[in-house]
Amino acid sequence: MSQDILAGLAQIVNEVAGIPAESVQMDKSFVDDLDVDSLSMVEVVMACEDKFGVTIPDTEVKNLNTVADAVNYIAAHK
Amino acid sequence: MSRTVVVTGLGATTPLGGDVASTWEALLAARSGIHLLNDPKFADLPVRIAATAKVDPEDVLEKHEVRRMDRSQQLALIAAREAWKDAGAPDLDQERLGVAVATGVGGAISLMEQYDILRERGASRVSPMTVPMLMPNGPAAIVGLEFGAMAGVHTPVSACASGAEAIGYGAEMIRTGRADVVIAGGTEGCIHPLTLAAFAAMRALSTREDNPAAASRPFDRDRDGFVMAEGAAILVLESEDHAKARGAHIYATYGGQGLAADAHHIAQPEPEGRGVMLAMNRALADSGLSTKDIFHVNAHATSTPAGDVAEAKAIRKVLGADADHAPVTAVKGVAGHLLGGAGSLAAIAAILAIQNRIVPPVGNLENLADGVDVDVVMGKPRELPAGDIAAMSNSFGFGGHDVVLAFRSN
Repeated sequence: MSQDILAGLAQIVNEVAGIPAESVQMDKSFVDDLDVDSLSMVEVVMACEDKFGVTIPDTEVKNLNTVADAVNYIAAHK
Repeated sequence: MSRTVVVTGLGATTPLGGDVASTWEALLAARSGIHLLNDPKFADLPVRIAATAKVDPEDVLEKHEVRRMDRSQQLALIAAREAWKDAGAPDLDQERLGVAVATGVGGAISLMEQYDILRERGASRVSPMTVPMLMPNGPAAIVGLEFGAMAGVHTPVSACASGAEAIGYGAEMIRTGRADVVIAGGTEGCIHPLTLAAFAAMRALSTREDNPAAASRPFDRDRDGFVMAEGAAILVLESEDHAKARGAHIYATYGGQGLAADAHHIAQPEPEGRGVMLAMNRALADSGLSTKDIFHVNAHATSTPAGDVAEAKAIRKVLGADADHAPVTAVKGVAGHLLGGAGSLAAIAAILAIQNRIVPPVGNLENLADGVDVDVVMGKPRELPAGDIAAMSNSFGFGGHDVVLAFRSN
């Protein structure tokens, strides 16, 4: 399931920030590696909520530093 | 300190074409970019005639660029990229690069789309890009970010004179030494049921639904209003010294600007054209030109009953007998009215006219309106003489703004 979430998240990051989907790997940091700024991160979160049917509160967003953080959060709360 | 400013790059995406070359070719051929809006969302409007961008910006830009930008910003960025490339992508200290890109309306479509989302899906689904997309300085900011402009990024707003005012503002940045290169012009991308309904409520729009392509007819006896359009037109302005030092191609020399206001009515033009004349005379003075030097006028002429004749009278009064050697045209017959992009599109047309020594005809002009006592170009393009010539480009806006630019041939 994590692979499906990663693929979906990669597609979202690509659409929001223009980053090639193949660059969105589990160990990558949104800010440091993928150059996803804070506004784009809000868009990524909104799109993830719609796509995966989860709710990601603002208090959690600040803990989502890497792609793995986001994938694991979504997997745990789907 | 006052330095000479030249034009070294042009870019445009308009209802006539996705770049300057195709836009200019359509102007010369008087090929209309105006059509009926068939989308069902426009079905119940009293006016469904408009001129949409010939090349949809969503087909040119990357997907992530589209979703982060209002349509007016998308159009501005496309035109700015063309202008910058056309100028030879000048290599300069970014502290010496400025931007002056205007819009008349700003991000109205984004504002309304996000309001729809707020009502339908709640605050949690409102895009975090809403504010950057709706702010009127957004297009200038997007262009400034693209090219790393640090000399200053500005957005003069004066309705349909905005694009011209931005060029004048940008030129002043160079004249006064604040910048060596300025990306300047205007953009608009606000064709939406509400804006159409609002302009229609003013009775400002043509209702010629049986022949939309001929709806906009500046200076024609049967004109009945303007046609909303979208698009952007952007110039690269540069100090003459800077342009020559790098061997840049120079389209024309910026002469100067004339600014005035009608102080008459929020939307109606002043019938005697006093503000127009003031601005034209000030443009001549600022440019160090006399009426003898003027061999072409690109008129604002939007195809409204009141505006076109008042402008023609003002041109005749300012130029006097010299109006006889200054053929007049207006781009709106075929391009429609680009609102915040209109003034810079008119400037590009005026620059290309004196550079190529040819003036496009006014689209759809069949019978000259009573009271138009200037040499309006009808039917086919008109050649301009060789030698040093200058052109004026008029732009006016709701609120009574009068902006006139002058350019000299090189």
